[in-house]
Amino acid sequence: MTVNTTLGRAVGAAILLAVCAVFPLVVTNQQVATIGIDTLIFVTAAVAWNIFSGYSGYISLGHAVFFGSGAYAAGIAARDWHVTGGAEFLLLLLGGVVAGLIAVPFGLIALRVRRHTFVVITIAVFFIFQLMAFNFSFTGGTTGLNAPFLLWSPVTFDDRFYYVALVIAAATVGLSWLIRGSKFGLQLRAIRDDEDRARGLGVRALRVKLTAFVVSGAITGLIGALWFFFIAEALPQTAFDPIFDLTIALMAFLGGLGTVAGPVLGALILEPGQQYLTQQVTNDYLAQILLGGVFLVVILLLPRGLIPTGREKIASWRARRRDAAARLAPPGDAPAGGPPGAGGQPARHAAGQTPRGRSL
Amino acid sequence: MTTLLRTESVAKAFGGVQALDGATIEVEQGSITGLIGPNGSGKTTLFNVITGYERLDSGDVFMDGGKITNAPPQRVFALGIGRTFQLTRIFPRLTVMENMLVAAQHVGPVHGRGRFRNPLARSGGPADRRRALELLEFTGIDNHASALAGTLSYGQRKLLELAYVLVADPAVVLLDEPAGGVNPSLITHITARIRELNEAGKTFLIVEHNMDFVMSLCHRVTVLDFGTVVATGPPEVIKTDPRVLDAYLGIGEDADE
Repeated sequence: MTVNTTLGRAVGAAILLAVCAVFPLVVTNQQVATIGIDTLIFVTAAVAWNIFSGYSGYISLGHAVFFGSGAYAAGIAARDWHVTGGAEFLLLLLGGVVAGLIAVPFGLIALRVRRHTFVVITIAVFFIFQLMAFNFSFTGGTTGLNAPFLLWSPVTFDDRFYYVALVIAAATVGLSWLIRGSKFGLQLRAIRDDEDRARGLGVRALRVKLTAFVVSGAITGLIGALWFFFIAEALPQTAFDPIFDLTIALMAFLGGLGTVAGPVLGALILEPGQQYLTQQVTNDYLAQILLGGVFLVVILLLPRGLIPTGREKIASWRARRRDAAARLAPPGDAPAGGPPGAGGQPARHAAGQTPRGRSL
Repeated sequence: MTTLLRTESVAKAFGGVQALDGATIEVEQGSITGLIGPNGSGKTTLFNVITGYERLDSGDVFMDGGKITNAPPQRVFALGIGRTFQLTRIFPRLTVMENMLVAAQHVGPVHGRGRFRNPLARSGGPADRRRALELLEFTGIDNHASALAGTLSYGQRKLLELAYVLVADPAVVLLDEPAGGVNPSLITHITARIRELNEAGKTFLIVEHNMDFVMSLCHRVTVLDFGTVVATGPPEVIKTDPRVLDAYLGIGEDADE
């Protein structure tokens, strides 16, 4: 059973990865290609957010701090060090490192408090960063930063970004999976359920939370830098965007908070939907209103997300089918004392006999 | 007999309420020590002070001769003091087996592979799982190993909490009302498990209101009232001590004089 589910998930992940890998070869429409890259950026950001917030239960609405800092770090370095061409992609690492370093003091302050207070502090820190981006001179102020021009042929431009984004997204999902199954991930989830009890079992709560916050922040900064090079511009209100935080949180909530696949699914549904709407109705506000509507629906109807709810539905459907089969089976016919694991055998048996039973 | 755990003149006030007022208790190695007293006498506060959940105002706590005053919970646990809570606390959204593995990292010394351990290694190696399963069998909830802990009944949660505290093999276990709110047959079961562990050398400090439970199980009983120790001794002596009767029933000394 468990071997089967593990295998099933591995096959599912491989198929999804393969589909993503051939996507730009099949779909050559440039608008769609742009949506593809955007979606991969949000898959990465939502999965990274979930590594911290989903596993630990500390809901951060300040991850745009990392996204923007990664974008600005790469942008400032590219400007001041005159980095051009493919070497820009080395600056992605710089974006990640800077965001990770910012996560240390940010986390040491914010992680002292829990629940709502934590959420409020992350929002406050976010606005401090947006203000700094507006007001410092090295950030370019309100005019922001421009990315150096990439001398790539427009034909392959999107494809290169797409595959870089795909590699980062896949690696992030892999890391999320590794963390969830590890001792570290177990401690994070124990903190989510009852932090004080976990401490009483030897879990160094602050260290564990801070590590997750830094890892999550660093990945968000890395993908923020990629976003900057792709968009070729960073403004204080787009790099440090409050909607970004709500969006990645909603993606994780929609798919399933604290699961590996949940934020991937959420991002795959929401980001193309949002981009499509924006392009179709050319009204950014409408898309945002719809986003708010989706948020309400998720909180009201799917508070635990698609993946956990779906899993439960399948399990209860299977159980009901098993019950029905057991009821239909003639009492003397089922092998008495058979192992409970062999449930499939009598069920098929019973199904075969149903018509006969009815004719009698 | 040597003293394993000791508090010395511990005081703790919450605003104007003096919850602990110079409480000095001793727990001998290999003993089952009972801690009783009326409601609000400071029993749970003393547990919280020992295990680092509350900071004390004055006084000291010693474990195995070393001072552990105001050490944080994770350090207290690493030093070999495990505890359960009065209102049982488990991790409801983890499976029973995962609950067992949260604490498993402290089992024995690190097996000489240097200091670095892969932080992303899968949780619960075969040895950890075997040990966890043994303890679940011991407490009698092994058939629930893959269930979510949140689906367990109250009594099963009590057993799970006892089991996962034991995973790390602490030198002394502090139990806060292990018999509170569970049915009589389960009390018998829990009593037998504690006695069995004690015979294997485990030390216990138990807060409990169920007098039959305390008097039948404990080697020594300490009585708290208004944050101070009013009596300590073997159960049969405590049972007839006038100061204890006074603390519980409000009669005794006045009637004697």
